[in-house]
Amino acid sequence: MADPPVRAAPRATFQITVNGEARRVDVDLRTTLLDLLRETLGLSGTKKGCDHGQCGACTVLVDGVRINACLSLAVMHEGQQVTTIEGVGLPPDLSPLQRAFLERDAFQCGYCTPGQICSALGMLEEVRRGEPSQETLDLAAEIVPLTDAEIRERMSGNICRCSAYPQILEAIRDVAGPLGAGA
Amino acid sequence: MRPFTYERAESASGAAKSAAETPGARFLAGGTNLLDLMKLEIERPAHLIDVGRLPLARIEETPDGGLRIGAVVSNSAAASDRRVRTRYPVLTHALVAGASPQLRNKATVGGNLMQRTRCAYFYDPAKPCNKRDPGAGCSALGGDARGNAILGASEACVAVHPSDMAVALAALDAAVETVAPAGRTRTIPIDALHRLPGETPHVETSLEPGELVTAVVLPPPPEGRQEYRKVRDRASYAGGLFSLALAGGRLALGAVALKPWRATQAEAALAAGATPAEAADAELAAARGTGRNAFKITLARRVVVDALEGGPTR
Repeated sequence: MADPPVRAAPRATFQITVNGEARRVDVDLRTTLLDLLRETLGLSGTKKGCDHGQCGACTVLVDGVRINACLSLAVMHEGQQVTTIEGVGLPPDLSPLQRAFLERDAFQCGYCTPGQICSALGMLEEVRRGEPSQETLDLAAEIVPLTDAEIRERMSGNICRCSAYPQILEAIRDVAGPLGAGA
Repeated sequence: MRPFTYERAESASGAAKSAAETPGARFLAGGTNLLDLMKLEIERPAHLIDVGRLPLARIEETPDGGLRIGAVVSNSAAASDRRVRTRYPVLTHALVAGASPQLRNKATVGGNLMQRTRCAYFYDPAKPCNKRDPGAGCSALGGDARGNAILGASEACVAVHPSDMAVALAALDAAVETVAPAGRTRTIPIDALHRLPGETPHVETSLEPGELVTAVVLPPPPEGRQEYRKVRDRASYAGGLFSLALAGGRLALGAVALKPWRATQAEAALAAGATPAEAADAELAAARGTGRNAFKITLARRVVVDALEGGPTR
């Protein structure tokens, strides 16, 4: 990193892969991953709700794992792979979960939807890996049955102020496939 | 957020050395608590030392039959580890009772221990707080202190430690491994890591300046039942009003003090043949409310008695 000019906030230059495309970025070190996506890279599908990790609207996948993009510095993700809602699917090539959200009418205002969808995709992978939640009664079991209670608990980090929760649950159940067999 | 400089640490001892040599330095791991507080300018580090990519992300067996959990293992990875789930279920239950899945994916085991209180007055820069500004006074005393401490508090601070994980670690008699700036390593019993507020609530742990947590060590699992219970205002993604970890004959209480509270009085009473109610009373004899949190004494007693009697967890 070159010496910063006097009084200027320190910056960092690094590479990060977003939706499969390697990007070289130069940002103020204070830039969160969320602001990098929205402001620097123009990917405004990821939403800023509370900006404090309480609402889940900014949920993205980093190396396949769901996190709150607002509570992470962009520079912490040098060299990593970020997937946003734009990388999940754009019209007309929507992913099965995006289509399920449309078919189930799983939103009203739509502001939380990108975060809900990225979160659900990460959640289904966690279930495939057998990761437990506080609804998981048998910690020794290799397979976690994806009951409705499990889906609700595992999606509790995503708030929907329009309260489309029943439809979000249905949309996720539609794509969970055999994972939802225990429901 | 105030400007800061940043480095990615290449070794744990190097990180500790840099932290000791750089004014205003803080360690950054998952960042879920630190960055939140930096946005509010409650934390104003001049320099961040990112320890997130240090080779401290492994969970390994110890020679005596316990487990060593690296400090940058995520909360999710610790909770999901098959050895943790089967041998230390109280730890998995405590971990998945905390935060949200997204936060648990990012937050680390070391960071969980080092997270700061959620006392509403600590979070409000418009109100005096002895943690933020030593000597300024405590706004929570006489304020809306519904969630605050009933044990081990002082006139200077009535905040509680927010961790669920640490309550399970207290019941498991875990220890914390650290590296100091000069490279010296040491092992600190979990009960000696966090400090009660006393006159200096801004001094939160027994760590020296620059000392870095590198691992949590679990002794072999105790014989007997393990259980974690958490009471809160909503069923998921909420801080605790009271929590409890049972591991064999050991009991620890959460959300009652500025540290995970090992209930040694109750343990001693039980060992001497006391009933669950007598044991709860022995532990809570010293409990004091500061107004709106007085209900927590009754709540704690009821949950302790029910857990010791073996009532259903849900």
